[in-house]
Amino acid sequence: MMKQESVILLFLGIFFGLMAGVYWFWGHEDGGGVMLVGALFLGLLPGLYYFWWYRRSGGNRPEDRDDATIADGAGVVDSFPSTSIWPFVLGMGCFTMVLALVFGTWLAVPGVALILSALIGATAESRRGGTV
Amino acid sequence: MTDLIERPTTSTPDEGGPSSVDHGHHDDHGEHHGPSGILKWLTSTDHKVIGINYTVTSIVMMVIGGAFAEVIRAQLVSPTSTLVTLQQYNQLFTMHGSVMIYLFVGPFAFAGLANYLVPLQVGAPDMAFPRLNALSYWLYLTGSLTMILGFFVSGGPAAFGWVGYAPLTSAINAPGAGADLWIGALMLTGFSAIFSGVNLIATIFYLRAPGMTLFRMPIFTWNMLVTGILILLAFPVLTAGLIMLYCDRHFGTHIFEVQGGGVPLLWQHIFWFWGHPEVYILALPFFGMVTEIIPVFSKKPLFGYKGMVFATLTIAALSLGVWAHHMFTTGAVLLPFFSIMSLLIAVPTGIKIFNWIGTMWGGKLHFSTAMLMAIGFVATFLIGGITGIYLASPPLDFFTHDTYFVIAHFHSVVMALTMGAFAGIYFWFPKITGKMLHEGWGKWQFWTLFIGTQVFTLPGYLVGLHGMPRRMAVYPNNPSWQTLNQWESVGALLIGISTLLFVVNVVASYRKPIVAGDNPWDASALEWFTSSPPPHHNFTSLPPIRSERPVWDYNHPDAPALGHGHHEPAATAAEKVEA
Amino acid sequence: MKPAQQRRSRRRAILLALSAPLILAGCQLPSFGAYGGVSKAGTDTFKLWQGFSVAAVIIGGFTFLLMIYVIVRYRAKKKDTSLPKQTQYNIPLEILYTIVPILVVIGLFAATVVVENKVVANPTPQATINVTAFQWGWKFTYPGHKAYIVGQTTQTPTMVMPADQDVRINLRSADVVHGFYVPRFNFSRYAQPGLLNVFTFNITKPGLYKGQCAQLCGLYHSLMYFNVRVLPTDEYDAWMAKQDANTSIVNAAAQSGAVAAQISPRVPTNRAQSQGAN
Ligand code: HEM
Ligand SMILES: [Cu+2]
Ligand SMILES: [Cu+2]
Repeated sequence: MMKQESVILLFLGIFFGLMAGVYWFWGHEDGGGVMLVGALFLGLLPGLYYFWWYRRSGGNRPEDRDDATIADGAGVVDSFPSTSIWPFVLGMGCFTMVLALVFGTWLAVPGVALILSALIGATAESRRGGTV
Repeated sequence: MTDLIERPTTSTPDEGGPSSVDHGHHDDHGEHHGPSGILKWLTSTDHKVIGINYTVTSIVMMVIGGAFAEVIRAQLVSPTSTLVTLQQYNQLFTMHGSVMIYLFVGPFAFAGLANYLVPLQVGAPDMAFPRLNALSYWLYLTGSLTMILGFFVSGGPAAFGWVGYAPLTSAINAPGAGADLWIGALMLTGFSAIFSGVNLIATIFYLRAPGMTLFRMPIFTWNMLVTGILILLAFPVLTAGLIMLYCDRHFGTHIFEVQGGGVPLLWQHIFWFWGHPEVYILALPFFGMVTEIIPVFSKKPLFGYKGMVFATLTIAALSLGVWAHHMFTTGAVLLPFFSIMSLLIAVPTGIKIFNWIGTMWGGKLHFSTAMLMAIGFVATFLIGGITGIYLASPPLDFFTHDTYFVIAHFHSVVMALTMGAFAGIYFWFPKITGKMLHEGWGKWQFWTLFIGTQVFTLPGYLVGLHGMPRRMAVYPNNPSWQTLNQWESVGALLIGISTLLFVVNVVASYRKPIVAGDNPWDASALEWFTSSPPPHHNFTSLPPIRSERPVWDYNHPDAPALGHGHHEPAATAAEKVEA
Repeated sequence: MKPAQQRRSRRRAILLALSAPLILAGCQLPSFGAYGGVSKAGTDTFKLWQGFSVAAVIIGGFTFLLMIYVIVRYRAKKKDTSLPKQTQYNIPLEILYTIVPILVVIGLFAATVVVENKVVANPTPQATINVTAFQWGWKFTYPGHKAYIVGQTTQTPTMVMPADQDVRINLRSADVVHGFYVPRFNFSRYAQPGLLNVFTFNITKPGLYKGQCAQLCGLYHSLMYFNVRVLPTDEYDAWMAKQDANTSIVNAAAQSGAVAAQISPRVPTNRAQSQGAN
């Protein structure tokens, strides 16, 4: 159904919007106003997406029905990676990039190399996994 | 390598055969014949492995941060102590606060136990994005290392407090690699948190078991959903602020510097716009844990489940509108707006406290260590919450801000959270390891922790009211503060001892294991339906989900009907045999 | 007290009593650990503190007693394995403990606003002092007068101000954020770089008060003390006259400025200086 999910996000977004309005006209302080407007969008964006998704799928997912039985959910959930080295490589790449920020730009060379190889590796891995 | 995961289709454990069938294209995958040892640790994308990694790492961080705190408290035993230098003292409390907030409570809460539990509680085989989840952990680990690295560079780690108020963080005021490492560490852990948030939301939205409607989710999962949303709202702001700060330090911008036309105050706005939601990002998971634990040991359902959910959502909504209650004394913020918003947050928080008491009311209470820790959490949090109400009133904040009153206030809160953390550990340790923690050691740990906390915080309120500002390495002008400070240090020592007792308990549980079984507490959420520890991809079967207590319904078909009838009845016998 | 004054203070008491119904008689209440406040606004703040404390003791005490009662009363008996009644909702009760806290919060907020407006009010000043915080000390100057007081960690400066007058403070920072904090005044305010902070003290009790920087400002933050000497009006006037008559450019106290100059070159020190009346 996904309706409740989107309603939660939309409610939060709209509430932040109201707060942004009050704050903007009462507070005369731009920083907070801008950040609250940002929060408005951060609520609306996924909220509207889920609402659209709900309308499009129109479906009654078993997890949204009070009376669904476990058997109703039978079938493939999804394909999940079992093990992968690439998150680790990507993490090390990001780590190296941050060290580059502190200790010297030259560290960005191995950093970018690690990140690129992780991106390529992870993509290839997904392809090989096939059904994703 | 990928596994195609099918949902379990039976509701009787151990009978229906393996229903989580591997339809992968390779035969040599899955945990059973996957890599082992260090390679397993490096390559696992299993939410359970990652959850354990997170939990263990964050507890190590707690011990490190706690060690800094003990040095701080040792320094303050005398007004003119020279145990550490002024600069070292500033570094110590900066690192204490940073390690505790960024590297212990947060990661423990929203990525440690949550990672382990949320998929189990909603009946999912894993998190929605397992590889992203693994990346989260690596960013967190490297972020932690980056922070600690500060101690090993010339000039030492950052010394501008965990809030890093500009312009004390500028290249002139804080030269050296320590400050940059602090910024880098926050960037890494910040992205790690964002990815965790994404994963939590996606898992909860897309991977629930059939019949698990939103309003049947365990309350811990609800809290994690709201936490995830708050993470997405708050953390990008902090990360943006850090990038600006880095530019100021290295690329000659003047965003936070008066000299070039910048506005130092903007940093405070940005920081607290993240910082106050962060308080709830830290707290909500522990609210959730405690809310799982109290009903189980009261032998009752949670009192006011829906009220609890709405209270959580209200807290989330309000928490974005209170940031400047940390800035009342700047003289440049809208006092009434932030005051009323902050006061209002007390309402949903109060609802939660009354719901916890209501859950215990009329129950049959079993005081296991987990339950004691949960009650200790409620009591200590109550103190922190009430003193927080004072701080929401600008005139009262004016004279308590930046004093030990505030230190005591938020330590009542964070020490309550720490008790919540241990409540969670004692409660879920059997599920995670298959072994029980020892109750005897546990009770000793609880009482030293609980008493230590009060002995540490309560004198702090008083010495703060007497005018002692925070972040004082020495206080030669006010020797009269000494006695209260010494009491605080005694409390800190007790807290330190309680941590040692915990370590002893864990070691003991491995040397003389007490086997736990699937559901040692007679608990009610789905994680207690599977084995301890759960198999790879979690479930071989699932019970029908007809209320927010599916496992309880399954185990107590003849339980007394729920009070206050309008609620959906527990699973009927007919439904139970359906599969 | 004059009748008019009495009436006003009674009106204030009624207002406070209405907004925070738990305040019965502000003055007889215990201090709950806080200072009484030696300024007008500080005294109001103190009363607000007492009101909040009464509410806190009642609400907190009630909740704690409830917890203790539940813990004692509902402890499971040994060997009793039967299940208790599975109560899950009690809507009227839940509504009650939503509404009551909201009412309490509104009361606390009303009291807050009343006091806050007094604390942040800036009436036409009878004296003005410019305060500048710097790493790591304080500079006090008096617009229109020669008095000039500066000092840092090794030599605590003392700000001099008259009692029973509305004294306006213009607070600035020369570098990073500092906190101007006098515990006995029940007040503190940031010295925020790039911002001018204006507030008013009306001190009712002459005396010497300790002050300290409250906001982390770097290495010597914990030693950034100052004092405030509040003089009866006539003594203050005499003191000020003496400062104004002082024609020597560099007097004995200049050394403190010289030290300050070494630490923070941004603070001008080549001016006539005088130490506070210690
Ligand atoms: C053993 C338990 C603990 C003790 C004895 C302790 C002690 C202290 C003390 C004395 C200070 C004040 C330092 C100063 O202002 O001069 C402090 C600051 C702080 N503590 Fe703790 N603490 C403990 C646990 C925690 C925990 C669990 C957290 C968070 C989850 C935490 C977070 C902080 C933060 C954020 C600060 C502020 C640092 C700053 O001023 O920048 N502490 N702690
Ligand atoms: Cu806050
Ligand atoms: Cu300072």
